[in-house]
Amino acid sequence: MAPVLHSPLDACLTLLALWGLIGLAGLARPTSLRYVGRTLFPLGALVGVAVAVVAFWSLDAPTERAVLVVGLPDLPMHLRRDALSSFFLFLLGAASAGISVFAAGYFRKGHGTSAGLLCLQYHLFLASMGFLLLADDAYAFMVAWETMALSSYFLVTTQHSLAEIRRAGFLYLLIAHVGAIAILLAFGVMQGGSWQFTFDAMRHAHLAPAWAAAAFLLALFGFGAKAGLVPLHVWLPEAHPAAPSPVSALMSGVMLKTAVYGVLRVTFDLLGAPQWWWGVVALTVGLFSALYGVVFAAAQTDMKRLLAWSSIENVGIIFTGLGLAIVFHGAGMAGLAALALIALLYHSLNHSFMKSLLFCGTGAVLHSTGERNLGRLGGLIHRMPWVAWLTLIGALALAGLPPLNGFVSEWLLLQAFLFAHQVPQTFVNMLLPLGAAVVALAAALAAYVMVKFFGVIFLGQPREATLVKAHDAGVLERIGLAWLALGCITLGLIPTQVVGALRTVVRQLAHVDLPNPTAPWWLLEPLPGRLASYSGPAFLLAMAAVVFLTIFGVRLFYHQRVRRAPPWDCGFVRLDPRMQDTAEGFGQPIRHIFEPFFAMKRELPSPFDPAPRYRVLIADPIWQRLYEPLESLVQRVADALSVLQQGRIATYLLYSFVTLVVLLAVVL
Amino acid sequence: MRSIDIITQLLELIVALAAAPLFVGWTNQCRAWLQNRSAPSLWLPYRGIRKLFHKDAVIAEGASRLFRLAPYIVFAAMVVAAGIIPSMGTRLPLTQVADAIALVGLLATARVFMSLAAMDIGTAFGTLGARREMMVGFLAEPALLMVIFVASLISATTALPAITEHLATQTLGLYPSLAFTAVAFLMVLLAENARIPVDNPATHLELTMIHEAMLLEYSARHLALMEWASALKLFNYACIGFALFIPWGVSTRGSAPVALLASIPLLALKLGAAGAILALIETVSAKLRVFRAPEFLATAFLFAVLGLLVHLLLGA
Repeated sequence: MAPVLHSPLDACLTLLALWGLIGLAGLARPTSLRYVGRTLFPLGALVGVAVAVVAFWSLDAPTERAVLVVGLPDLPMHLRRDALSSFFLFLLGAASAGISVFAAGYFRKGHGTSAGLLCLQYHLFLASMGFLLLADDAYAFMVAWETMALSSYFLVTTQHSLAEIRRAGFLYLLIAHVGAIAILLAFGVMQGGSWQFTFDAMRHAHLAPAWAAAAFLLALFGFGAKAGLVPLHVWLPEAHPAAPSPVSALMSGVMLKTAVYGVLRVTFDLLGAPQWWWGVVALTVGLFSALYGVVFAAAQTDMKRLLAWSSIENVGIIFTGLGLAIVFHGAGMAGLAALALIALLYHSLNHSFMKSLLFCGTGAVLHSTGERNLGRLGGLIHRMPWVAWLTLIGALALAGLPPLNGFVSEWLLLQAFLFAHQVPQTFVNMLLPLGAAVVALAAALAAYVMVKFFGVIFLGQPREATLVKAHDAGVLERIGLAWLALGCITLGLIPTQVVGALRTVVRQLAHVDLPNPTAPWWLLEPLPGRLASYSGPAFLLAMAAVVFLTIFGVRLFYHQRVRRAPPWDCGFVRLDPRMQDTAEGFGQPIRHIFEPFFAMKRELPSPFDPAPRYRVLIADPIWQRLYEPLESLVQRVADALSVLQQGRIATYLLYSFVTLVVLLAVVL
Repeated sequence: MRSIDIITQLLELIVALAAAPLFVGWTNQCRAWLQNRSAPSLWLPYRGIRKLFHKDAVIAEGASRLFRLAPYIVFAAMVVAAGIIPSMGTRLPLTQVADAIALVGLLATARVFMSLAAMDIGTAFGTLGARREMMVGFLAEPALLMVIFVASLISATTALPAITEHLATQTLGLYPSLAFTAVAFLMVLLAENARIPVDNPATHLELTMIHEAMLLEYSARHLALMEWASALKLFNYACIGFALFIPWGVSTRGSAPVALLASIPLLALKLGAAGAILALIETVSAKLRVFRAPEFLATAFLFAVLGLLVHLLLGA
């Protein structure tokens, strides 16, 4: 194998092929869980680590190209690895390593797809995402994109005996394909009359501003459908909960980021010179998605659905960063554009760790309790301490609390917003502070959502008697969770180094850069001279020092005596798990405050009801206002066209004949 | 880092730790006077904390480690926050580590841990308090951030000492944007410190309480730390207000070390006035229903955003 590996690109391809082989190996003994779970998935995780290592070392290596002569004749696949590809490959490898180890312990005997087939789909999914990041022509890109969509569709429908899951899978496939059409059209526009579909040709095509804008909007639509931007998000809260937890983690943590990759590739690399108003579009959509996502997350009662909505929020924040970067780029403010791009890449990386960690945590809970409904959980910190404490790290990171990683990327984004007051367009200038306000609101709501998520699942008293039997996660699952949690902590503690690495990516992608840092290694100061700095390690040190000094001081001057007693609860004697807040209760203030966002149906009991019943149903108004009219429109058009369908072969022959004649008339 | 920096830093921390309960005592005394009651001793909060430290901790049977850890984290967050707010001097090494946005993050950390701890035992009041606290928090936090943004935009930095120095050394001009944000800040201060009209620190009336509901299950040293932390929180908020809106008299980087000593009585004066004003506000206003609290805070948020827009429109 040695001669193959003379460049990082070759090494990456070899590793992706290895993923494919591991997947195929699953078919050898498809029903043996021991073979698939204990051997193949850990091997896949090792390959993931290797991908991350190779990608990390190749981050500042020169760009390389290759041509792969496979597939259709005269249509070779062009490949290219640059810093942007390397960064996303790192994200893929590092996050998937943790998820694969978790998956090794996760999949058990059950209904649905056999373990071997699952292994094939899972590794094909990974390999196609990796290949997507290396593709350098529209053909290779679309093949990888569709493989990714299909393999993940099969993974979503693992439990295909349930009608609800088949429906979720269909919705996912449908929107994935609507998006794919838009992406294909975007490529069609970008080739600019040369009929060359390599990315190089697109880089050199000179598009009129209107065509470039059309290409950008198509790409934003297409990739936005995959990323879950509002109003194309409807598949996400259905498909993510339907999939097995490691797959949800992979979809939310990694697959959504391929859409971010795609939009970055198109906007900054292929189109080259983005116009400032594209940024306003991306910013508006991003901000709306962020707020919409987090408000709905707060109202959910299913733990995986809650996380799916929270992913919509985070994608919104990432696209907000993209919008900012385009606005700054268009205004020629290189330093701020670099800052916004770094913030968005950083947040993508952070989100892939935090969200994977939380999805895997819910997987462990689901395994041990069989319950996804928040209303039937509670008190699990006593039964599953490992899962609880590791999930707490992810929840705190997602809530954007220092010194974990979620805080750093939000800090960078807010810095970009703050120093943005010299954009030439006055109305953008007015929009930006409102944007900062929305980001701040979404971040604060994210903390609300995370307190609800963690508090209702892990704290309090168990809401069902069966929860007493819950068991902690197995060793492999713990290792997977710990890997992801370690990622959250590390990314929070070394922001200077991460930003330094991301500068390479941004410099190559958009030809913008931050000024060289003048601060010491432990201090993050993105724009020297602006007097804005943050240090993760020193922050942690300060907090830890005060905590330990306090503990030590209390022990030294007083005592450590502890007595256990029943809870006081203002002297109330009978304490019952049903007296705790439910997930609905915890979401009540949000439902109340953001009432116009929801399509709500309430069933309230009358005061004299002998068996009072309270029920509230929450639906997404976008579904009712946009998708249902669209559906009935399609239905009506189809009905109108059905007059063509006579069911007599003579009529169909006549259609063919008429078509031929018309075509001949056109050609001649 | 020079020795004067370290002295300033330590002095800030010690003064905050020592004076925070006194500030609470003073506010309570003012309120008692205004309400025609005979006032409790100024030192009552200290006695309360001391008494609590000597007691045996009684912990509910269902409590996890998180419950016991939370008071320490909340307390640490407030102490670190006290270290980065320039209340007396701006030569604070810690402010390099955490800027104003990190300060907001620090306050959020304390809030999240307090709420999680309140949910830990699973009592009706605990979860109710946690929910309400997070409801107040998610509106108050962005409002505070917007307040800080206005000050940051005026002084082109997010480092609190630099903001304070910039505002303190300006010629005395009126910033209309700061007037808006000052109103917003005052509302946030009242809400975040569990004061009337959002919460009532003097009562344990079940239906209305927020902050106290979260502390019901705590006792002894844990309660002492929580009480001390909430005193520190009030102190910190007051100092943020001074740093942004009345920054004069703080010893800056250019001033002589003696100025640090001079700033101590000045801080005492500011705190005295702030306590009296706080007591006055609490006396003349009535408590809102809990459902009205979001409106109160949304108003604060809007005031802050308005301040930001005014700053951008008028450049002042």
